[in-house]
Formats: sequence, C-alpha cells, structure tokens
Amino acid sequence: MLTIERALYDKIVAHARADHPDEACGIVAGPVGSDQPTRFIAMTNAERSPTFYRFDSMEQLRVWREMDDNDEEPVVIYHSHTATEAYPSRTDISYASEPNAHYVLVSTRDPEAEEFRSFRIVDGEVTEEEVRVV
Amino acid sequence: MAIEVRIPTILRNLTDGAKAVEGKGGSLDELITDLDSRHPGLRDRLVDAKGLRKFVNVYLNDEDVRFLGGLDTEVSDGDTVTVLPAVAGGAADLPGGRR
Repeated sequence: MLTIERALYDKIVAHARADHPDEACGIVAGPVGSDQPTRFIAMTNAERSPTFYRFDSMEQLRVWREMDDNDEEPVVIYHSHTATEAYPSRTDISYASEPNAHYVLVSTRDPEAEEFRSFRIVDGEVTEEEVRVV
Repeated sequence: MAIEVRIPTILRNLTDGAKAVEGKGGSLDELITDLDSRHPGLRDRLVDAKGLRKFVNVYLNDEDVRFLGGLDTEVSDGDTVTVLPAVAGGAADLPGGRR
C-alpha cells in the first residue's frame, strides 16, 4: 500500500495537468527504508513527448546525489499518461529498476477526473496496490 | 589510486552489496571489463552489442558519458564513475523493447 499526504498527491496531479498533453514525471523522496514519501521533486521530461518520458540525465545525477547526502531514496516515481489509462505500459515495465519504489501513474485523459494509481514493478511483474491519501 | 565506481541499488547484488567499487583502465570500456573480472555479470548489465545500454546512465565525474565518448571515454586514476538506472517509460510501446 502507498500512503501519501494529500498535499503531495495534489502536487503530482497538478504537475501532470500542467504538462498535459506531454507526459510529466518526477519523484517523491523519503528517508531510506521509511517507505514514507516526504519531498516532492518535479523532474524535467527530457523527451517532452505525449508518449514517452525520460528524466534529464544531468538533473537526475544532481537529484540522486542530493538524496544520497540526505539519506533519502525515491519512495515514489511518478509519471503521467495523457491519452491512455493509468497502468504501466510495456515500456514502463522494461525500464522499471527500483524494486522498492511505488510507481505512480496518473492519467490526464479526462480533464474533469484524474486517475491516480500505484504499482510495484519487480522483475517485470506488475502488482497494483491500494493508495491511501492522508 | 584507482577509479571509484558508484553502483546503484539494482546492481549491488553483483558487488556483494557494496555501494562503490574500484577499478582501473584507460577507457570506460576497459574499466568495465576490469570490474567484470571481479564482479561477473556487471558488464552485461551495462553494455550490449551496440554500446552502453539505454537503461543505464553512466557519468564520469559530473558529465554524462553519452555526451563525452561513450565507452571510448578516457578515464584515469582519481576519477569517479557513477552508474544510475535511467528513469524512463511512457504510454507508447518501446520499439525493440526488452519484452
């Protein structure tokens, strides 16, 4: 289960809406081993595409070093799908490399109602989990 | 002196859990081959027939080696090489993806 504060949830959705129709991406960092997302970090989608995302590699290095210095890890890795459902694509699965992360997918295909879902992706296996907003 | 190589969580099963290992070589290619001699399997996770795998980012000090010389990038004692998993994906299916 992913437990996430309302304010962080809202920031993820707002980022996805702001970058629509391109895919938005980012992370929520938290203390190593805590499973608690605390620090929202919007990342640049270097692809600037409605169908792909990729963290800008230099920005990623900077953010990953910051997390190392703070004893943090990416607790949530999020991105949006802008025309399809909030479910990991084959591409998402093939790139997923953080077995401890919650992979959050937001779909912005409906301008009125967002879909916000969370998954574990381990060795190519996708498992959806409950999202508890607190 | 040697070259320090920082290893991401996902590859630490190949380094007995170590966050950083040391190696030597005049190029990134040689360095990875040297590392693979002590951490078998590491090369295969970083390199395929076409060069560096697109699923990983490799940095020499503060630069992405894709913008330097890829596997031919020169390295020397005292350098730090950082490996991070690329974070990418998207709604479209990847042409020629792994699965």
